[in-house]
Amino acid sequence: MRHLIVLLVMLLPFEAFAISVEDVMKKSQAAFHYQGKDFKARVVMKLISKGGQERIRELSMLRKNFGEAGGEQKFFMYFFQPADVKDMTFMVYKYPAKDDDRWLFVPAINMVRRIAAQDKTSSFVGSDFTYEDVSGRDIQDDTHTMVKEEKLGSRDCYVVKSATRKGDVDYAHKLSWVDKGNFLPLKEEYYDKKGELARVFSADEIKNIKGFPTITKRVMKNLLSGHRTEVSYVKADYNIGIEDSLFSERFLKQPPKKWIE
Amino acid sequence: MKKQKYRAAEQQSSRAVVLLRNKLISLFTFCSSALLLYCSASSYAADVSLHGFFQGNYSLGSRANPDGGDFKWAEERVQLKLDASKEPFKLFLKTDAFYDHIDEKAQIELRESYVDYIEKKWDLRAGRQIITWGLGDLIFINDVFPKDYEAFFSGRPLEYMKKGVDGAKIGLYPAFASFEFIAIPIFEPNNYTNARRFYMFDPMPNVTNREEKDPATNFENTEFALRAYRDIAGFDTSVYLYRGFYRKPYMIPDDINSTAKVTYHYPKLSVYGASLQGRALDGVLSLEAGYYDSRQDSSGTDYTVSNSQTKFLVGYQRQLWEDFTVGLQYYNEYMHQYSEYVKNQPSGLPKDKRLYQIATIRLTQLLMHQTLKLSLFSFYGMSEGDYLINPEIKYNFSDHLWAAVGGNVFGGGEKWSQFGQLDKNDNIYLQLRYEF
Repeated sequence: MRHLIVLLVMLLPFEAFAISVEDVMKKSQAAFHYQGKDFKARVVMKLISKGGQERIRELSMLRKNFGEAGGEQKFFMYFFQPADVKDMTFMVYKYPAKDDDRWLFVPAINMVRRIAAQDKTSSFVGSDFTYEDVSGRDIQDDTHTMVKEEKLGSRDCYVVKSATRKGDVDYAHKLSWVDKGNFLPLKEEYYDKKGELARVFSADEIKNIKGFPTITKRVMKNLLSGHRTEVSYVKADYNIGIEDSLFSERFLKQPPKKWIE
Repeated sequence: MKKQKYRAAEQQSSRAVVLLRNKLISLFTFCSSALLLYCSASSYAADVSLHGFFQGNYSLGSRANPDGGDFKWAEERVQLKLDASKEPFKLFLKTDAFYDHIDEKAQIELRESYVDYIEKKWDLRAGRQIITWGLGDLIFINDVFPKDYEAFFSGRPLEYMKKGVDGAKIGLYPAFASFEFIAIPIFEPNNYTNARRFYMFDPMPNVTNREEKDPATNFENTEFALRAYRDIAGFDTSVYLYRGFYRKPYMIPDDINSTAKVTYHYPKLSVYGASLQGRALDGVLSLEAGYYDSRQDSSGTDYTVSNSQTKFLVGYQRQLWEDFTVGLQYYNEYMHQYSEYVKNQPSGLPKDKRLYQIATIRLTQLLMHQTLKLSLFSFYGMSEGDYLINPEIKYNFSDHLWAAVGGNVFGGGEKWSQFGQLDKNDNIYLQLRYEF
């Protein structure tokens, strides 16, 4: 009898023991974009040109989940720097499988208006990140395959290839190194339609905040232009009780100090 | 944008209004200073921030101005923005000081100065404030607040097209909808192009005796505006009510057959409007409408007062590729009691059409990590065949310094139509700003 069990176990396909690639991507999405009920960070972005010229974008970003990982989210951003966008606020209602709603508040003329930017290809505030890089991409927009498992530095990773289904982005496929322990992407390589490596993402610092492993330093480098963007979270916190009412025209025009500081 | 048929009068508010305004501003400044003092003296210091900019702004005409000058605009300016808050109060002051090279004088201009009182379900803003309503891109139906068209036509930064109002705004935020209620005790007209700097149509060029009569400042003439808004099926929906005055002056000749004097006045107006904005057709769709009730001339027989009108706007904005956006608008004004208008309009004055239509296009391309912006905005008057074309290049040299170079080209249509009359005022402009 014991021999029979051993034989049966040996006959089972290898995948039955391993996690499926869809589960890796789902867990990675949850770890990267959906941790906690809500989240707040003071974000400093350095946009660095090939020649070394730096531009700074400093903002507070607040996020609240409405439902499970992969579900609806709302984002609220307030800009401290540069001076010409100071006091601007920006709000996104993000929906799974349909386009986001976005509003921008322009303080100089006290006006809130919707903006029509497409999140898949638009650069976020001129950085090397797209809106989608910031807020996450729908898992079903890509076909995912497990390429291999390997160590990146000291961390064991799944290496997943995600090929775009619709050609709706400016890359053809992406390779992600997903940490087996916390499911955060430690590195991503974006390949263009000619198969050349175009952009590289790396998570350079991960901190535990209220029990949630969080990437607090990251870089996106454009290999074609030599431009790169370094992002650090100066402050970050989870489950701080952000009210639904924050995500409204009223507070876009009058961002409450307690949330943006 | 409202038609601008007649020479705009020099702004001559009556002495009483100016005195009252000055008193109110002094009172306001005193109260704000007291509040600021209270905030900074109290044991928990207020959060205070100071920002602003230095700016040079010059606009060169393609030909000499009516008074012989070359520049439509030439100034250096500094703006200071002071923000102090201590819950539940917030104080905001935005003051400009500038040197105008055309009139060769230095001036101080209080752009905004208000105090906010913020509670959980309501708030109050009292003082000089800029209010923007409606969805139009340089087309205004329910934005009934004062504008400075000269700022736009002479190549100043867009924020200078909006003028502040001296009044109070109460915001109410119950769960089912949000409300803004505004009271404006002191009338502020629009500012139109200056006759010394701009060529414009004047139906009575030989009449030099001109006077402007603002509505008297009293309770009866206080302007009231209400906006209620909420989300309906994914669309931002607003309804608007306004009771006040036209901000464009209408002329009253003392005798239409041999005019010796022209008086400009601001007739009574009520506006009832609504707007919708949401995602549609892979872009953003905007719809706005308003009924302009000309309360002083509901029968349409008085040629010195506008007839009632229905105004309608549809706008569509879409990103076609990375950092390239197209915005299109169609706008019309339908005049009510048109047969009475035709019957009563004096023969020497131009006649408006029953249906007035405008189309606009805006193209915007951002380049070089959004530090370089190429844009083109154009009005085309479908009724009159006149146009305005405004191309602009803006570059951010650093996080503090930017420059914009652009042009305004007017033409087509009739010598009295909105952009046609500005035909001889083409200009190129430079805006240079250091922000801190």
